[in-house]
Amino acid sequence: MRRLIKISLQKPELAAALLLLCLIIFFQVMSQGVFLSLANMRGVFGLMPEMALVAIGVTLLMICGEFDLSVGSVFALSPMAMAVLMTMGWGFWPAMLTGLLVCAAIGFINGWLTIKFAIPSFITTLGMLFMARSLTIVISGGFPPRLKADEIPMWLFVEFVGPGNLFRASFLWFVGIAVLVALLLSKTNFGNWVRATGGFLPAANAMGIPSSKVKIACFMICSVLAGLAGTIQVLRLGSPLPSIGEGLELAAVAAAVIGGTSLLGGIGSITGGIIGAILIRVIDNGMVLSQVNSNWFKFAIGALTILAVVGNSWLRKRGRAMKVETV
Amino acid sequence: MSAGVAANGEQPIISVRNLHKWYSGVHALKGVSLDFKRNEAVGLVGDNGAGKSTLISILAGLHPKDEGEIFVEGRPAEINKPRDAMNLGIETIYQYNSMVPNMSIARNMFIGREPMKAAFMGVGLLDEARMRAESVAAIANVDLHLRSPDALVGELSGGQRQGVAIARAMHFKSKVMILDEPTNHLSVKETTKVIGFVKSLKEQNVTGIFISHNMHHVFACCDRVVAMALGKVVLDKPISETSIEEVHDVL
Repeated sequence: MRRLIKISLQKPELAAALLLLCLIIFFQVMSQGVFLSLANMRGVFGLMPEMALVAIGVTLLMICGEFDLSVGSVFALSPMAMAVLMTMGWGFWPAMLTGLLVCAAIGFINGWLTIKFAIPSFITTLGMLFMARSLTIVISGGFPPRLKADEIPMWLFVEFVGPGNLFRASFLWFVGIAVLVALLLSKTNFGNWVRATGGFLPAANAMGIPSSKVKIACFMICSVLAGLAGTIQVLRLGSPLPSIGEGLELAAVAAAVIGGTSLLGGIGSITGGIIGAILIRVIDNGMVLSQVNSNWFKFAIGALTILAVVGNSWLRKRGRAMKVETV
Repeated sequence: MSAGVAANGEQPIISVRNLHKWYSGVHALKGVSLDFKRNEAVGLVGDNGAGKSTLISILAGLHPKDEGEIFVEGRPAEINKPRDAMNLGIETIYQYNSMVPNMSIARNMFIGREPMKAAFMGVGLLDEARMRAESVAAIANVDLHLRSPDALVGELSGGQRQGVAIARAMHFKSKVMILDEPTNHLSVKETTKVIGFVKSLKEQNVTGIFISHNMHHVFACCDRVVAMALGKVVLDKPISETSIEEVHDVL
């Protein structure tokens, strides 16, 4: 039993999960029962996948020991590329896949530059943040193209499905991808390599892990997920605005960190990143329902980030200090 | 020089001939030639910067050689990356731990060589049950007793970590085991254990290359001592024909 408590205390996502539970109860009370109502849950579940998909990619990359600040710009570039191609007469599928390929290419460039020139990914992706955003505006020509909704299988992405129309189709995409990436990280040799690469690079190299390829793969997964998330948002909004996703890169890092992912790599879980993303959504939504001045939103996210990290390290220390049978 | 066959006609397990290495202009290895006999425990000693770490990182595949030849069991060998060395049966236990602290023992045992249930294009589902069972067995084989293969390596003592690294090398049936300063930062008791282990390598048909600063440790467990200074071999004698003083004098 003590062993079990010790193990769960050292789980990085524990603090965030506890916070989430507390906040749900808090907002449910504050909003006089509106928060958990079907109508409100529809709103929360409808928006959540967009940010959560980005957080999944960022979390994976951070566990691998790298960083991506360009996800917010990629989030806008991918659907913009799709929309522009569609106005040129391309069909939806080739246009969308090309948009995602652009993301994969950006991820590859991020990773390749970072490794080839041994520079911090913070710098590479900061540069990419500006470049991808600029590209988005350039290819839009200043006027965001209209999406022809009748050519797009909306039901596959954003229409409401499920019991009581609780979820949008995007939620199913999110669940599928989350399960896939979580399994990839925890149950495959690739996941083992990601954790080793981020956990202690010299050991990973000495054991013959192709750590550069592993990192580039993570950069690419991260970018593609950001592009997919942006595409889903644009399909929901009906028009690709060049400004979407601004600030998303930091919110995604906050989500990952709130969920227990270490900035130094090696520690973290996909579940944690998702819990972090849900927490941010819940706070956003809960504050509106509780009629708090919404300008406090960013304050709350900031405070939460610090609180979660402090809480996490405290819990982990308690967990480590807990005496069980000797190893 | 001819490759491979030593004076007594026995083929060495590893021979290096005229090995050179430059690090950004510094000539770290200046034409080293050495033979490592089968099942021999060789102590490699020398001051910092003498070239012993450079030599073993070439053999382990961490750095490529600039000039010279390597023969493994008489055949020319190209060692360009750690996997090449491992495939030739050369396992290295590094001074800094070759373990990832926040991963479990079972995961660490199989980094890069994970057993899988099914795989597609090199990525596959881990066979975790097998990883656990085999790490428990491998650890027991080196006379180390750990409660669970799921414990994090970061929670182990220095000696225990070294033990797990050794168990890993033994598990993958190495022919040559390179131990880079394995007794650094270890307690007296743990040091004794590592020295005992190097002695026992012979019985298991493994050649040991033991790098150390500590002459007493080398003389306690090796058959032969090779001393290096300024990128060259300055002494190469059986332990029985030399003394700690003589080795100290040439360094």
